[in-house]
Amino acid sequence: MEKFIKLTDTAIPLEIENIDTDQIIPARFLKATDRAGFGENLFRDWRFDKEGNPTKDFSLNDAAYSGSILVAGDNFGCGSSREHAAWALKAYGFKVVVSSYFADIFKGNALNNGLLPVQVSPEFLSTLFSAVTENPSEEINVDLEDQKIEIKSSKVSEHFDIDFYKKTCLINGFDDIDFLVSKLDAIKKYEEKQLQL
Amino acid sequence: MKKTLFDKIWDSHVVESIPNGPDILYIDKHLIHEVTSPQAFNELKERNIPVFRSERIVATADHNTPTENQHLPVKDLLSRNQLRELSQNCEDNNITLYGLGHPYNGIVHVMAPELGITQPGMTIVCGDSHTSTHGAFGTIAFGIGTSQVAQVFASQCVLVEKPKKLRVNVNGKLRKGVLPKDVILYLISKLGTNSGTGYFCEYAGNVFEEMSMEGRMTVCNMSIEMGARGGLIAPDATTFEYVKGREFAPKGEQFEKMKSYWETLKTDEDAEFDKEFSFDAEDIEPMITYGTNPGMGIKISGAIPVEAGKSDTKALKYMGFKPGESLLEKPINYIFIGSCTNSRIEDFRMAASYIKGKRKADNVNALIVPGSRQVAEQIKAEGLHTVFEEAGFVLRQPGCSACLAMNDDKIPEGEYCVSTSNRNFEGRQGQGSRTILASPLTAAATAIAGKLFNYTESLN
Ligand code: SF4
Repeated sequence: MEKFIKLTDTAIPLEIENIDTDQIIPARFLKATDRAGFGENLFRDWRFDKEGNPTKDFSLNDAAYSGSILVAGDNFGCGSSREHAAWALKAYGFKVVVSSYFADIFKGNALNNGLLPVQVSPEFLSTLFSAVTENPSEEINVDLEDQKIEIKSSKVSEHFDIDFYKKTCLINGFDDIDFLVSKLDAIKKYEEKQLQL
Repeated sequence: MKKTLFDKIWDSHVVESIPNGPDILYIDKHLIHEVTSPQAFNELKERNIPVFRSERIVATADHNTPTENQHLPVKDLLSRNQLRELSQNCEDNNITLYGLGHPYNGIVHVMAPELGITQPGMTIVCGDSHTSTHGAFGTIAFGIGTSQVAQVFASQCVLVEKPKKLRVNVNGKLRKGVLPKDVILYLISKLGTNSGTGYFCEYAGNVFEEMSMEGRMTVCNMSIEMGARGGLIAPDATTFEYVKGREFAPKGEQFEKMKSYWETLKTDEDAEFDKEFSFDAEDIEPMITYGTNPGMGIKISGAIPVEAGKSDTKALKYMGFKPGESLLEKPINYIFIGSCTNSRIEDFRMAASYIKGKRKADNVNALIVPGSRQVAEQIKAEGLHTVFEEAGFVLRQPGCSACLAMNDDKIPEGEYCVSTSNRNFEGRQGQGSRTILASPLTAAATAIAGKLFNYTESLN
């Protein structure tokens, strides 16, 4: 897995609450059997109209905005367990998603794919939305080591929480499979003990 | 220390706790399907890691399957390819597959319980969020992402932090016409769609104790719509009775031995929960949703709340509804009875008992999709298919179908569908479709009337 330590970039605002995984990647695009290519269909039904033309009022289509940080409304990623949602965001080019709330499964999926979910307070989120919409070239610092997110020009910042184990994995680019495979002996012992019960 | 039901099962499955990190949790049963498994198999192949415990994995094909002509090759090429890949992967790795056409085939959360694969006290995972359904048996069951599917393939374990504990109590007597689906829609409308985030929810109280296993599955199924990782109900005589004699359930002496263990699986008195809510059964009426998340629910006789937030405005615009509006008398052209929430035999019995001797309204397309082959057989055996056919309903072959509209069963743009499924997100049942979640009884009554109406007065 790709390492994640620090990032400074501009952000794309998506001020919508309860963005569910069906919006991130609609079910009809889940027929692929590999991980690649989901970026094209990220937010498909919001990004494109029925004729397949980009919609005008959607922020991802707004030339003013660019960057690898997505700033989204409260309760991002609710709905299904499809990891395709994380793959689509990653493939599109996002490395960080900021919101005031993340659904559990999405959060885990994002972390397993090196996409950092940064959970901030509702107040900081609204400051961030204003900063980015007022000045689309505003840069945001995301520092995983210090667990800090900062609006560069105003220096307004906030600490964010992340599971210590997950943080270590991201910083080192490890993943859970390597770790679990290294534990197979303990797992076999557990199985033997269970058999005796 | 006093333990909750959840603690008891969790703690007995911890292989190791990582200091400052997650637990390594052993998984008794891993259920897989065609949509979220191929990338996990690829991952393993690429890293040259074998499947560790293939005997603990059961596969079915459900999400992407047609509900007509299942004996013919699947028309959609991408779907066919995905199904073929599942068969190949199962064959290569010695995994039992109940594929399309197999007598045990069905929606993963319908077929596993009915085959006795799901048993109290187990840990169960599946690359599908509604894995919470299995909690009805007193199991810890939750949905995982594809990376975690690969982890379970490799180690039969997942790395997870122990969730917090929530208990929801409902006591009292349910009113006439109020089904388990109404109970859970009511709870979600009261608690909101992220009240359960970070929690596992135990449902307690006489309402759940008196519920059938099928009703309990409907309730636990939608725990995820409350944001919870899963929900569970303490196993009791109803549970043991349901499990007994099923294909893969323990038999004879072994069953008795397991049963005495299962009987210990309940929350100790005075055990502590991180959060607890209580509700009165009498307050619950048949429920419908009016928006684009399952928390946006009202009593069928009620009105859409006037005080609408930002996301409500967007949702109401999508749905074509106004704040303060009642939905009674709204013409409805589509109804869908199916999905892992409500596609078990009791659901169809309930619908048929209302429909019998009546005919659907001319404007309505009524689709009935059983959750499994076994349910489909039972529908025939009980003669319910004639009730449906005579009433003008279309009865299809099992699968997820219009619940997520990956196959051809889609609701057209702008149309309303009263659906027994679990998600009313924008476009969930087809691009531009508008979903109103409800119980099988509400769906059946809507089909007959051609509009939403308060049928409770007419029930005897
Ligand atoms: S019926 Fe719907 S919710 Fe259930 S497993 Fe299938 S797609 Fe998911």
